[in-house]
Amino acid sequence: MTLRSYLKDKLVPQAQQDQVNRIRKSIGSLGYDPWGYNADSIKIGFSAARYIYQKYFRVEADGVEKVPAEGPVLLVANHSGQLPLDGLLIGFALASREDKPRMPRAMIERFFPTVPYVGNILNQVGAVLGDPVNCAKMLANDEAVIVFPEGIRGSGKLYRDRYQLKRFGNGFMHLAMEHGATIVPVGVVGCEETIPAIANIRPLAQALGLPYVPVALPFVLPAKVHLKFGDPMIFDNANIPEDKVTLRVDLVKAEISKLIDQGLSERKRLF
Amino acid sequence: MANERKPHILITGAAGALAQQVINRLRNDYFLVAADFREQVYLGDDIPSYCIDFNKRVFEDLFRRYDFDGVIHLGRIMSSQENRMRRYNANVLGTQKMLDLSHKYGIKRVVILSTYHVYGANAYNPALIDEEAPLKGAGLSMDLIDSVELENLANIYLWRYPDLNITLLRPCNIVGPGVRNSISTLLASRRAPVLAGFSPIMQFIHIDDMADAIVLAYKKNQRGVFNVAPEDWVAYQHALLLCGCSRIPIPSIPPMLPRAIARLLNLKSFPPYLMHFFKYPVVIDGRAFQDTFEFKPKRPLKEVFRYYRENKQPV
Repeated sequence: MTLRSYLKDKLVPQAQQDQVNRIRKSIGSLGYDPWGYNADSIKIGFSAARYIYQKYFRVEADGVEKVPAEGPVLLVANHSGQLPLDGLLIGFALASREDKPRMPRAMIERFFPTVPYVGNILNQVGAVLGDPVNCAKMLANDEAVIVFPEGIRGSGKLYRDRYQLKRFGNGFMHLAMEHGATIVPVGVVGCEETIPAIANIRPLAQALGLPYVPVALPFVLPAKVHLKFGDPMIFDNANIPEDKVTLRVDLVKAEISKLIDQGLSERKRLF
Repeated sequence: MANERKPHILITGAAGALAQQVINRLRNDYFLVAADFREQVYLGDDIPSYCIDFNKRVFEDLFRRYDFDGVIHLGRIMSSQENRMRRYNANVLGTQKMLDLSHKYGIKRVVILSTYHVYGANAYNPALIDEEAPLKGAGLSMDLIDSVELENLANIYLWRYPDLNITLLRPCNIVGPGVRNSISTLLASRRAPVLAGFSPIMQFIHIDDMADAIVLAYKKNQRGVFNVAPEDWVAYQHALLLCGCSRIPIPSIPPMLPRAIARLLNLKSFPPYLMHFFKYPVVIDGRAFQDTFEFKPKRPLKEVFRYYRENKQPV
């Protein structure tokens, strides 16, 4: 028995193991998939995420039932909070839903695979290097994929710029059109308050090879997080020029903006 | 008819375990001639066997004498063997000579064994790399340049001389009884080095399945480049555990440290230029080959690892 399966048996209650078992994933004979997802690790990760989701951030998720139960899906959200906590919370919301749960895959920044232990652990719990080929292959595999089209621009933004959407890349729209993926916009409210940053130490980030080094509190604040899932959007695969693709991206961006505004107006307190 | 001429095939790299498996599968239906640059192997009275350097003029005598219909080129020096110049001469120039002679003598079928190492191990590699992906192997390490050059050469001949019907196979790690490559040596050892904090996803194919794949590739006349890998995956360190190996962690940062350690210890199965393959995954997509050739590997990973667990230090 490996340490991983021992930890899984000791730490993960049977009910949570059953919940993960309800989600069908195409994995090999030893429990891995090509991106490093591991059936035992995901159960340990699910158990840890449950605590973070329910106890620490006390997440309220509205409309998670709108995510299609099968077929390729892109969950497109605003990025915030210096660490990829928003991806974790969106993933848990979908994996823990009562009716037809799914285990979505989050696309992560390119520097993670170079960090010892961290890269491997992220892969084992389902995160995947943010590469268009990876995303295309997963959509072809009928997976649900979480993408943040703002990328680093979104997660590294300062507290004064909170809830202002940065420029969206067009890559996700091309992939959705090509693979017939349903886009589900998601507005994340609350993650901006988890690690408020007042500045970015750019020279230090460059020296360390990191995307940014924020000036922030050295811990994560327990802000209350609201996840607003929007109505599914479907785009055809017409051969259209890039400016028309940008218009489609703007439609998704406007929808996310609307969801964020809804979340902010419904929010009663920060913590 | 009793006197019907059997098709003649030249099989290179005959001293290797994989070539011998291929020979056993083909010997009843084909007239085989075996060649190897390392040693002359006895394969029975019905199979002429030669120890021959492909760059020497006498190599052409084989083509004159036997009137081959096809060539199965398995005689590639692996990246852990010999020195860089010798590998380049044998793998690139030797293959070019073989392809030139194949064209000159009107051969209709050529199967060449390459390796997934040509893709190169890189932190930014996506998973399920397909055949159209760029070959980054040469950029990372000059020690893999011969593998990439061999591929480029084969590709040039593939398009320039369509009559040769070249099929180029890029298999994942070939393992199993008799295999003497780096990864097989590691799985067979009692203690194997690992890079601390890195356990890349790997693919393994049993030598019997690979021999089946080569035979299928030869028999079905479909030219092109194909990855060969089963749809099953495992992390390197997990594979070592299943093979009953103890893991010896080597510090992985800064990147020059594990290279210096490997150079110092002179570990043949963990050479500095393959270090990235023990750090970053190179997961290839074998579906094109499976669909085109109706190939399905029969030996599961558990069976492969059981063999190594029960046979430490196998031949």
